[in-house]
Amino acid sequence: MSFVKRLTGDASPRILWSLGILLVLLLVAPMMLGKYWLSVLILVLYFAFVGQAWNIMMGFAGQLSLGHALYAGLGGYIAAGLYSHYGIGPWAGLFAAVAAAGVAGAIVGYLGFRFSLAGVYFALLTIAFSEFTRVAFDHWEWAGGSGGLFLKVDTTTDIVNLRGGPVLFYYVILALAAGAFVLCRALLESRLGRYWLAIREDAEAAQAVGVPVLRCKMIAIVISAALTALAGVWNAFYYNNLFPETAFAMGRSIEITLAPIIGGLGTLFGPIVGAVVLTGLGEIFTDLGEALRIPGIKQIFYGLALLVIVMYRPAGLWPWLADKLGLKERQP
Amino acid sequence: MSGARLELEGLGKRFRGLRAVHDVSFTVPGGAIHALIGPNGAGKTTIFNMIAGALAPDSGVVRLDGQVISGFRPDRICDAGVGRTFQLVKPFKGLSVLENVTVGALHRRPHLAEAREAAAAILSRLGLHDRRHQLAESLTLPDRKRLEVARALATEPKLLLLDEVMAGLRPTEVDVMVGFLRELNQRTGLTILLIEHVMRAVMALAAEVVVVNYGEKVAQGTPQEITRHQAVLDVYLGEQEAL
Ligand SMILES: Nc1ncnc2c1ncn2[C@@H]1O[C@H](COP(=O)(O)OP(=O)(O)OP(=O)(O)O)[C@@H](O)[C@H]1O
Ligand SMILES: [Mg+2]
Repeated sequence: MSFVKRLTGDASPRILWSLGILLVLLLVAPMMLGKYWLSVLILVLYFAFVGQAWNIMMGFAGQLSLGHALYAGLGGYIAAGLYSHYGIGPWAGLFAAVAAAGVAGAIVGYLGFRFSLAGVYFALLTIAFSEFTRVAFDHWEWAGGSGGLFLKVDTTTDIVNLRGGPVLFYYVILALAAGAFVLCRALLESRLGRYWLAIREDAEAAQAVGVPVLRCKMIAIVISAALTALAGVWNAFYYNNLFPETAFAMGRSIEITLAPIIGGLGTLFGPIVGAVVLTGLGEIFTDLGEALRIPGIKQIFYGLALLVIVMYRPAGLWPWLADKLGLKERQP
Repeated sequence: MSGARLELEGLGKRFRGLRAVHDVSFTVPGGAIHALIGPNGAGKTTIFNMIAGALAPDSGVVRLDGQVISGFRPDRICDAGVGRTFQLVKPFKGLSVLENVTVGALHRRPHLAEAREAAAAILSRLGLHDRRHQLAESLTLPDRKRLEVARALATEPKLLLLDEVMAGLRPTEVDVMVGFLRELNQRTGLTILLIEHVMRAVMALAAEVVVVNYGEKVAQGTPQEITRHQAVLDVYLGEQEAL
């Protein structure tokens, strides 16, 4: 009970009601929505989930990772490899996936934090690791090399092996996104979460008031990597294929950062709002591109839209939106 | 003196060629208020940084209640009971005043609600309670200095290091801060070492004053002794001529 109380804490009743209604709507959505809208909603939830995971590092602890594809890729490859080679289902495989990504995160973190690489230098390290791993997977037979790793497409529902149609994947990603939201709220309302914020603001001052800076940063990267690995597992089984060129791509890493940046770094609702806006814009501009038949127009509009948002709402959309709605997420 | 709360022995630090601190030794007994003074660049902040673990000394040791603490990480030295403020203030800018101090309070109280309560109590004593929901970055410099003190106090230290917390305060504000520190010292027995250029505060608070110049200790004594000390007069006369 005290855990629930800590979670809800000083959140306003309006926020709690809105969240409850949102959850009910999301739970019944597959019964209301057609195939297209369900696939859009799946994308939204996916980006909200990975965004939440990345936000722990950047938004909470202030550590810029531009290599999160590493953890998603590792997670996806390991679970998919275990399934396709040995028939080990993803519910078991995800433990290996999470462990591997956690170890990878710990290595990146230790090298970066122990040797005080800060800001963009740390970001470069994260990119480098993701690139090394891409090259390694290009040559790793077990993982299919550069030719990719494929899972047999099978839409008969088999929850044990995470095989099935979009509705199954929808509920799994919904559970992950909701779980990550609750986890992040709990973290933020804990000593560890406050220590992260202090480190983000000024690591030296934090350490002077007793914050074990290295340890807190390590915990941040391991949790963030582990959650991202879960997204990778889900992704691999949803799309049924993995290629080093895309799984570990720089673009994949950037994509993970966009929802929290657009929605509001360090906020709980930022990644969700960002994911809605980004996915919405993506769909609109894809349709527009098809209607206008100008190749590349989607990317141009998409880029411009992001630019406008970042220029006019540098703190992200959520803080502004919350203010308009009178739902101010209390700045800790 | 084995009963000393803080004991510096032969402390030294070089920055490349520059001898910032050289062979500095002194002690501060438990429950006392001592001051560390000296002209700009004398090495005072460097001494604080070595006590608090922000800098490792090149030579010498620092002891807290007889235990060597030099070479420890700053967070471990905070665990050991040393609280410090920064001369160039370092607020957690994006957090509220209350949350700034709460981070300090979390050190001894792992539960957020309790830490927040303790932080609020400290803020009222320092006259910052009305501003507790403001972002720290919106505070004026004197208030930021108070915030430094509040955040360090929230860690419940045995020894408090104050680096020029009265700089920029108006004389009446200095008196308020002096009153606050004296009351704190008398009520809780907190040991305080303060670096201060505001002589009014040094005279009012310090039982003993350590004077440093060019990284070396040149004098130590009561405020009255210090003002008559030839070496000290030379230091400050030299400074005035340079102006
Ligand atoms: N991190 C550093 N790197 C190089 N030199 C430094 C560093 N910190 C201090 N110094 C130099 O060491 C000397 C002592 O500096 P320190 O800050 O300890 O003086 P201070 O007595 O606190 O002076 P002030 O009254 O101006 O605060 C100065 O010459 C300063 O330039
Ligand atoms: Mg100084």
